[in-house]
Amino acid sequence: MTDISTRSADGGAGGAALSLRKLAPVVFLAPAILMLAVYLLYPLVDSFRLSLLDWNGLGSNAQFVGLDNWKKLLSDTLFWEAAWNNILLAVFSVLIQMPIAVILAVVLDNAGKGSRILKILYFLPLLMSSVALGVLFKYFYDVNFGPLNALLDYVGLGYLAQDWLGDTRFALGAVIAVICWQYIPFYMVLFMAGLASFPAEISEAAKLDGASEATIFWKMKLPHLKGTIRTAAVLSVIGALRYFDLIYVMTGGGPEGSSELMATYMYRNVFSSFQLGYGSTVASGMFIVVILIASVLLRFSKRYETEV
Amino acid sequence: MASSPATRVAGRIAVPVLGLFWLAVTTVPFLFMVMTTFKTQEESYSSSVWALPESLNFVNYADVLSGPFLTYLKNSVMVVAISVVLIVLISAMAAYAFARIRFRFNEALFGLIVAGMIVPIHITLVPIYLMTREIGLYDSPFALIGPYVATSLPISVFILTEFMRQIPKELEEAARLDGCGPFTIFFKIFFPLSGPGLSTIAIYNAIMLWNEFIFAYVLTSSTSTRTLPLAIWDYQGQYTSNIPAILAVVTLTSLPLVVAYAFGQEKIVKGMMAGSVKG
Repeated sequence: MTDISTRSADGGAGGAALSLRKLAPVVFLAPAILMLAVYLLYPLVDSFRLSLLDWNGLGSNAQFVGLDNWKKLLSDTLFWEAAWNNILLAVFSVLIQMPIAVILAVVLDNAGKGSRILKILYFLPLLMSSVALGVLFKYFYDVNFGPLNALLDYVGLGYLAQDWLGDTRFALGAVIAVICWQYIPFYMVLFMAGLASFPAEISEAAKLDGASEATIFWKMKLPHLKGTIRTAAVLSVIGALRYFDLIYVMTGGGPEGSSELMATYMYRNVFSSFQLGYGSTVASGMFIVVILIASVLLRFSKRYETEV
Repeated sequence: MASSPATRVAGRIAVPVLGLFWLAVTTVPFLFMVMTTFKTQEESYSSSVWALPESLNFVNYADVLSGPFLTYLKNSVMVVAISVVLIVLISAMAAYAFARIRFRFNEALFGLIVAGMIVPIHITLVPIYLMTREIGLYDSPFALIGPYVATSLPISVFILTEFMRQIPKELEEAARLDGCGPFTIFFKIFFPLSGPGLSTIAIYNAIMLWNEFIFAYVLTSSTSTRTLPLAIWDYQGQYTSNIPAILAVVTLTSLPLVVAYAFGQEKIVKGMMAGSVKG
């Protein structure tokens, strides 16, 4: 990266008269390129280098093992189960978050005076750190002292009470529910901006023609939101593929790996099993999976666009 | 679907019902949290979880604040402040070059940096951990600044470049005719004119970094060097089953952003939505 920018400046300089203007792009871009080279590009390349080692991360006993770790990764069911959980997270994130966010956006669009205060309160979960939410919801789901089971008991649904985070059938779903709870308001605000850009004259005219609110929504407003929903879905999927925080805090990937994600599996390999080489292979494998899926998604939707 | 009175009435009821329903879904966990912090540990076991505390007792807060909580807070403030200043300055400079200076590889380089937005940061974790040990920054709050700045740059450069492209060219051309060079133009014209864009990325990154967990968790290990999200983690280990005390830590760590939010909701919502950029 550094190379490219220096060469471009030199190329344009043409001898001794290196004017300030010719140097300008180099000077303006140098800090950004330096930071990205050291803390993003180098680690990325280094991760692939480490993936070829058998190393516990301590001392100099690292052994070059070629592609052994990669062969192991390809047949590592734990990794592919984790990748599958990432895909489940992505699919359910989109299926749960998008419809609810659209409904809430429409609700607030019609709520008049109350909409501002509702929007502000709905947004609160997004300000919380994932550790804070993770710890809070760990107690919320607690089998003995958790308010969720107490609530189910109170309304006479006590037989539905579960050890939400300790049961392989529910752990992933329980965390997905929290992730959705946190992010729905984000997409709601995105969709509210989309709805706000819907021309009021059109819905006025449609109403004069006798169209109901429902018709206006399904036939006009929803198609108007299509692009925004697509953007939101892509964001949601990419976020889900590299998700780590809440799963790590709430379940650590357990029980029995039932909520393991690629990132938590990588973390466990490096910092719990001290398999730094194989952990780097998992990280690099995750990188490849994320980049592949993201580039397919981005190809299908327009690139580089901002909303709001 | 003709407009019948029945559907209209249904719509009129649905809006407040759904609005209040989601309000409950959002706020009940927080109400549970704050309520529990006023209970004693014994109370949290003996009474129903949904019962109101017997009295407003601040013993859990006093307990937490008598510990190293303020050290975590100080570290967070320092790391976030330094990182955000650097992010704003570095990304504004890069954005100016991309938006206004013609040079070879402008578009290619911009595309490359923007592509950094989809890189899962976890792939950088182990190499950065090793590098941090190597340069002797391990277990120092300053170890976080490099990764924080670098991971925030792609989205910040992208947002600011878009922003600066909208700034009218007349001012700049007038300044150039007056003999100003690119550096004067940047500091005297672009930096001030980009105010709203700069504040958006400052708010967005400040919130993201204030809550950042994984780098802080991996690159620091002592109470004296860790940031607020780790306070929750560490206290959790220390208090184990004292639920009210742990939730008091969670409440206290969340308080600074909630207070900031009370003063500038619109700005913070707008700043957070800056994250809705598709790379």
